[in-house]
Amino acid sequence: MTPSETADAGSTSPLLELKNVSKSFGGVSALRDVDFALAPGEIHGVVGENGAGKSTMMKIIAGMHHDFQGQMLLEGREVRFRNPHDSLAVGIGMVHQELSVVPDLSVAENVFLGTQPTNGRGVIDWAGMAKAARKQIASLGLDIDPRVRMGSLPVGIQQLVELSRVLFSGARIIILDEPTSALSPPEVDRLFRILRQLRKEGRSLIFISHFLEDVLAISDHVTIFRNGRKVATLDAAATSKDQLISQMIGRGAKELSASESAELTGGGSKPVVLTAQNLNQGSVLKDLTFDARAGEILGIYGFMGCGQIELARCLFGKVPLDSGTVMLQGNLLPLTSTVAAREAGIAYVPENRRMMLFPTEPMYKNISISVLQRIHRLLLKPQAERDIAKRHIADLQIRPANAEMRVGQLSGGNQQKVALAKWLTHKPKVLILSEPTRGIDVGAKEDVIRIVRALRDQGVAVIVLSTEPETILTLADRVVVMKRGRVVKTFEEGHVEKADLLAAA
Amino acid sequence: MTDAAKPLSKPFDPAHFLRNQLRNIAPLITLIALFLFFSVASPSFMTLDNFANILAQVSLTSIIAVGLTFVILTGEIDLSVAAVANAIGIVMAFFTLQPDYANIQNLPMPGPVAVVLALAACGLLGLVTAFGVTRIGIPSFIMTLAMMQIAAGISAMLVRGQIAYKFPAIIQVLGSGKYFGVRWLIVVAVLVLLIAHLVLTYTRFGRYVYMTGGNRDAAEYSGVNVKFIIGAVLVISAMLSGFSGMLGVAYFGSAQQNQFDTFLLDAIAAVVVGGTSLFGGRGGIGNTIIGLLVLGVLNNGLDHVNIDSFLKILIRGLILLIALIINVYAQKMRDSSAATE
Repeated sequence: MTPSETADAGSTSPLLELKNVSKSFGGVSALRDVDFALAPGEIHGVVGENGAGKSTMMKIIAGMHHDFQGQMLLEGREVRFRNPHDSLAVGIGMVHQELSVVPDLSVAENVFLGTQPTNGRGVIDWAGMAKAARKQIASLGLDIDPRVRMGSLPVGIQQLVELSRVLFSGARIIILDEPTSALSPPEVDRLFRILRQLRKEGRSLIFISHFLEDVLAISDHVTIFRNGRKVATLDAAATSKDQLISQMIGRGAKELSASESAELTGGGSKPVVLTAQNLNQGSVLKDLTFDARAGEILGIYGFMGCGQIELARCLFGKVPLDSGTVMLQGNLLPLTSTVAAREAGIAYVPENRRMMLFPTEPMYKNISISVLQRIHRLLLKPQAERDIAKRHIADLQIRPANAEMRVGQLSGGNQQKVALAKWLTHKPKVLILSEPTRGIDVGAKEDVIRIVRALRDQGVAVIVLSTEPETILTLADRVVVMKRGRVVKTFEEGHVEKADLLAAA
Repeated sequence: MTDAAKPLSKPFDPAHFLRNQLRNIAPLITLIALFLFFSVASPSFMTLDNFANILAQVSLTSIIAVGLTFVILTGEIDLSVAAVANAIGIVMAFFTLQPDYANIQNLPMPGPVAVVLALAACGLLGLVTAFGVTRIGIPSFIMTLAMMQIAAGISAMLVRGQIAYKFPAIIQVLGSGKYFGVRWLIVVAVLVLLIAHLVLTYTRFGRYVYMTGGNRDAAEYSGVNVKFIIGAVLVISAMLSGFSGMLGVAYFGSAQQNQFDTFLLDAIAAVVVGGTSLFGGRGGIGNTIIGLLVLGVLNNGLDHVNIDSFLKILIRGLILLIALIINVYAQKMRDSSAATE
């Protein structure tokens, strides 16, 4: 393992320092013995896979987790924040990936959110606020009327307004979580100009991102996390993307495990079932085109926020498309409602199981809800429902095998199987699965993989969407990589490794 | 397969059972307690005649409360029920020949036609509400508030401060007639309750109503036409309110403005006191029946004991508040017991 070369430790003493920091959640270790140092006036990139520990560390710094082991030093003095307010008070601010702006308020009000200036008698000083806000935004090189509604501005600008709020509150250390994931290339350039300007002013920035090119372009140093440990801190100028990837996934240290590479079989001569052409939705999906074939598992990989979730919602008719067509076996699919999608033969299990389960209802009602219209004209036939449920419980090895059991009492893996079981009574033509193996135990994971493969072998076109390369590589026969709402690469057949996916996204 | 080690069925746990059934048990205990209290407190309460009175008094409310039960089970609300009942009673009177002294400019039709027109009118009002909520996307709380005003406006326009006295013969019988000493009104109310119970428990539509209220996203992700279900319950609610209004004017013997004003609160109170969840998905007609009886016994019993009539209003309010607290509390306990297991 590379020794950690703390950034210019000799010349300047670090502004913020973490020593031997560990954090665990209910016995599961999320962060182990991490040392981290942030110098004044530097941009420090932080990279790592999902669950590597980078967000846990940022939450410790931003005061969201206060019970951790180890030391945190600010300018050499030990600090311990009880809440985000404490950390902001000493000058640490965070800009989250999910912007925390109020779209219906003006830009000025957003800049001053929670700290509106008053005239001394409790009445807001609107003129003064607008003036100060304009000055504040202008210092970032933006010329926006502070009186316009926040929601009417592009996401990139909203993000800068939020950044200016954090700056305005006096932050010297600013944590940026995935700041470029929703930005177009010119917007990224503008953000970088602003970040460099802030660096020149002596502020320190922590830049967390999955977009490795962005991290390398803007950072002075990059710290890499893997499995809750800090792997290395490298000089960004002397590091390549491939080096980062290999450090992130730890290749060389051990043999590639089965889920970190795959031999894709490609679509071959299998018939195309679903064709999506030039799909556009809001600012999220942009001219997205792909197809899915019968008897094939198509993996769609991309980082969080790349548009996968919206894509799945659109294909199931939950969210309307702005433009584009989806053809199912040569017929135009009317994606006006989930009912239309279901009737056309599309099935969907969302990434969050709670979204499609009724936790206080028994298992058999949860399973039968999707097929009621097939087994009943008017009156319910509870026995038929129970029989169907029992068949699935046996097939999918759902435990405990009790159709009367309330779904809320089942473990995560078994809940996932119940969610799948809804769609198995009558084979769908297309099965869309978001994060099918997230948050379930190993045994259940293997069961789910087996079930999905069995469906593929029966001729179902399966589309698996995931932000985890392992999930994609375990399941997929063909892989499409999405980035910022577009398809950026397709892996048809041959050998693919995790590093290839990370590099493409 | 870590789960395989779990026991397949858990031993019976009375505390756990009570927690889960609090929603159903609390209203029943309330009913029994009120019943015992009034039986002891007043000799005139515990008589067959008085029980028939209580049933007659809750019959009109019960028909409205049935429609409201459907709506509340989906997690929505209908505040227009009483105003719609009033309007439809008046619409029916408008199409019936009135005596000269009633002094109402109207459009007399044969009795059955008047009934059909009145039913069509409440169907139409229900469709307007359903359209506003499911197509335009107005929250049901606001949309039905608007419909309450619209229905009140229809009532006002049609009678213009006057009172109508004549109604179609069939409605006259159902609303105020008796059959072997039993009011037809009670028979009709029992039938409505029974049919509603069968629909909610034994039909696909009923299942969808519960599932839509239980988890709307999940229902939609399971391919249930959630908008249709919500629209349908709003139409059912308007139809039953209108039907109750038609029987009501016959029961009262007159149709005029603001005649049903107390019915809104009573109907909502009956559903909620009975234990149907305001968040949707839990409860049913059985709960509504208990709620109706609690309200009926309370209203009737307070008349039999010597209590300041102004204090009665306060007591009703307090009982409703307690029921609401139990309702929210039961929901929380159920949610947390579902989450921890």
